[in-house]
Amino acid sequence: MIQSFLGTVCAGERTGRTCGDAMKCQQCDNPAVFHITELEAGNVREVHLCEEHARVYLNQSEGGDGGDPGEPGAVEGKGQKGGGLSGPLGVGQTAEDLAILDKRCCDMCGITFFEFRNQGRLGCPHDYLQFEKELDPLIANIHGATEHTGRRPSRPVPAGVDAGSGTDGLTAIIGLRRGMKEAISREDYELAKEARDAIRGIEDAWTPPAKAGEENA
Amino acid sequence: MRLDTLTNSIGEWLRGTGPDSDIVMSSRVRLARNLAQFPFVSRATEQDRADTERVLRGQIAAVPVGRELDYIDVGHLEEIDRRFLVERQLISREHADAQGARGVAIDRLEQVSLMINEEDHLRIQCMHSGLDLHGAWEQIKVVDDQIERAVSYAFHPRWGYLTACPTNVGTGIRVSVMLHLPALVITRQIDKVFRSLHKISLAVRGLYGEGSQAMGDFYQISNQTTLGRTEDELVQQVADVVPVLIDYERRARDFLVRETQQNVHDQVSRAYGILRTAQTISNEETMQLLSRVRMGVLLGLIGDVKLSDINSLLIRTQPAHLQKLRGGDEDSSDDIERARYLRHHFEGGDSPSRATAN
Repeated sequence: MIQSFLGTVCAGERTGRTCGDAMKCQQCDNPAVFHITELEAGNVREVHLCEEHARVYLNQSEGGDGGDPGEPGAVEGKGQKGGGLSGPLGVGQTAEDLAILDKRCCDMCGITFFEFRNQGRLGCPHDYLQFEKELDPLIANIHGATEHTGRRPSRPVPAGVDAGSGTDGLTAIIGLRRGMKEAISREDYELAKEARDAIRGIEDAWTPPAKAGEENA
Repeated sequence: MRLDTLTNSIGEWLRGTGPDSDIVMSSRVRLARNLAQFPFVSRATEQDRADTERVLRGQIAAVPVGRELDYIDVGHLEEIDRRFLVERQLISREHADAQGARGVAIDRLEQVSLMINEEDHLRIQCMHSGLDLHGAWEQIKVVDDQIERAVSYAFHPRWGYLTACPTNVGTGIRVSVMLHLPALVITRQIDKVFRSLHKISLAVRGLYGEGSQAMGDFYQISNQTTLGRTEDELVQQVADVVPVLIDYERRARDFLVRETQQNVHDQVSRAYGILRTAQTISNEETMQLLSRVRMGVLLGLIGDVKLSDINSLLIRTQPAHLQKLRGGDEDSSDDIERARYLRHHFEGGDSPSRATAN
């Protein structure tokens, strides 16, 4: 199964990875404004195209017998390309919408949606909540389902923690650690101490696994 | 060093025993897991990776495998040793090529492997010789449960186990079998079979390969989706299709013997002849010829070669294995060394006339 993360205009003012001045379309000399990440069984491949070639690429992909600008003739299952996010994140959306979406970042690990699209890898468990709206159609497309029905951890979440959020309360440590580092670099030691104490509090709440685990064993 | 002792064995997946091992080389189940309190590996700092490794490594001693697990610090291995582990299917290519703190714990039978800091914090793998998916699944469940008693895996009630790549989210399970399908290749039915597998959401890959090119007619069949079905259902999805593929391959082998015996006998005998006499030979050609000889042995067309010998050569003629086995002589090329190793291996065998006596 091949999934595509559709790209967007690489505006000059955007922060993070910029590519507008350096990257040309793989099919012609025009600037590449669509950056498409093909995700196939965990393997990532990028395709960079101008708007015109991007439209052709996506139409061909959905049509079933399109070419493959990146690696001509090298990829299996060509007909499936472009199926992933072409609806929800597709050409129909304005460049402006996509640029805004791309700038959104995770409160915990700080990864931007743009970085995720380029790497095909999420930054931390909280991304599933942070980018829920964007990931839902992608996940539905990959798996044909959006609900887990398999095994679940036997260990209960700590008292007072909403079980509906899974282990997200523990993942909050990632954001606190980042905040602590930033506070230290700004020499704001009061804030750093608060973050450190918050981390310890969460760790203490989630830690007694040895006991909890044994009781559940 | 422990890796050198491994050179003398052929590992679980080539042991050549277990149900239907004439066609099913091995059955494998792997689980992708992450610790909730650290960023995924690609976003992790060096400190995060070191902490993740420390936390998970601390649990390995408690893992109930029934045998001692050895921990190998992959981050400090020489490149040849990393490639050696990849060839033995104990670590992935991605794990071998990654940066930073990472390691793998393996048991002496090479059935269980726990990769730390691969694409996910933890990749647990259980591999059994022959067709034994349910056995591998039962074993990996116990390992997973034991680790989960001591750590908090990233989990969400709706999406299940959270993984770095959304293609693994949910169960995080990949169920696969490695099949040897030479007769389906020779009779040109293999593409048709693969198209049918794709239609039912199963993926096909070649041995060692990420792409569609298979080395030596060895193919890995695995589930593509990991969410929306239980682990048991996903194991069963792959388990259900294997007997069908075995049946196709057996029928194709019967057809070859019945309808084209002289031709197929000629093919395997030539393959055997080249392996015994070549002066220089590539890895790809070796795999291809060993595949044909393996089929010849199973069809009774070659009488003086043991199946276990062929399985052993499949791994020992791989580049890193060969380099470790040869030692010293850095001047000669891999292909010359491979041919020399094969000639030496077959030297003690009977004359070619006996091989074609059937």
